[in-house]
Amino acid sequence: MASPLQQFEIKTIASAHVGGVNISFTNSSLFMLIAITAITAFLVIGVRKRAMVPGRLQSLAELSYEFIAGLVRDNVGHAGRAYFPFIFTLFMFILFCNTIGLIPYTFTVTSHIIVTFALAAVVFIGVTIIGIARHRMKWFSYFFPPGAPLYMAPLLVPIEVLSYLARPVTLSLRLFANMMAGHTMLKVFAGFVIALGLFGVAPLVILIALYMLELIVAVLQAFVFTILTCLYLHDALHLH
Amino acid sequence: MSVEAAKLIGAGLAVIGLAGVGVGIGNVFSAFITSVARNPAAQATVFPFTMLGFALVEAIALFALLIAFLILFG
Repeated sequence: MASPLQQFEIKTIASAHVGGVNISFTNSSLFMLIAITAITAFLVIGVRKRAMVPGRLQSLAELSYEFIAGLVRDNVGHAGRAYFPFIFTLFMFILFCNTIGLIPYTFTVTSHIIVTFALAAVVFIGVTIIGIARHRMKWFSYFFPPGAPLYMAPLLVPIEVLSYLARPVTLSLRLFANMMAGHTMLKVFAGFVIALGLFGVAPLVILIALYMLELIVAVLQAFVFTILTCLYLHDALHLH
Repeated sequence: MSVEAAKLIGAGLAVIGLAGVGVGIGNVFSAFITSVARNPAAQATVFPFTMLGFALVEAIALFALLIAFLILFG
């Protein structure tokens, strides 16, 4: 019987090496491509009709746009409009990668720490550069919250710096651990269903409930990644 | 004591932190239910923050689980 961790194996589909670096096309790359194709098809075909009273698909496409637009407007403010395409792309990519991974026999792109870390690193480095570019040297005043007494600085500033540096770690780890733990649990319970034979109905009911939970977690984690990105961007743009 | 036994004990100790997470998630949703009970019109405003709070607390649970797995299989 296969191990529950076998679903996370990277399988090479088309091998390619450039100067010692392995840039093969793997199942991970394939599902990233599938996610992007699905997002593009959803959005392009969704708004093709341009009806005044939207049908179902157009309604969904407009809903996703409005949801993220509202998120950016509420959490970043007026100055954040320029960053809306990035945040929208981030949200849709993570959402589709998470949910496509729930289909049986597929591969969850975001269940690998390197993928989520790449996303979190882009957000962290981008937000830091935006903050420094906008505020120059005043950006470092972010680590000394306004209204705090000066003698607290030697204690407060290192803690603030540490928690700032922990951001890419927690951001990536949250998404990765949720995806990996959830999918591993699904596989473990599925194994119980097969192993128990006739009495496998009990783990099957739990499996159905778990699958529902995983669907909620998939959407929720995409939302949380995005709203935290918006909040970090707000901190960088407004320094508090 | 063998390394294997120590690993198992360590992993068991690491998940004790999940007790705090249980309290935390209970707190988040208790605050949400209380606030909606006092002011039902606030539900749409408060709900996104409830979900954010839940996910942030759940992240701590997963950090504890990660440490347990690192001890057990690292």
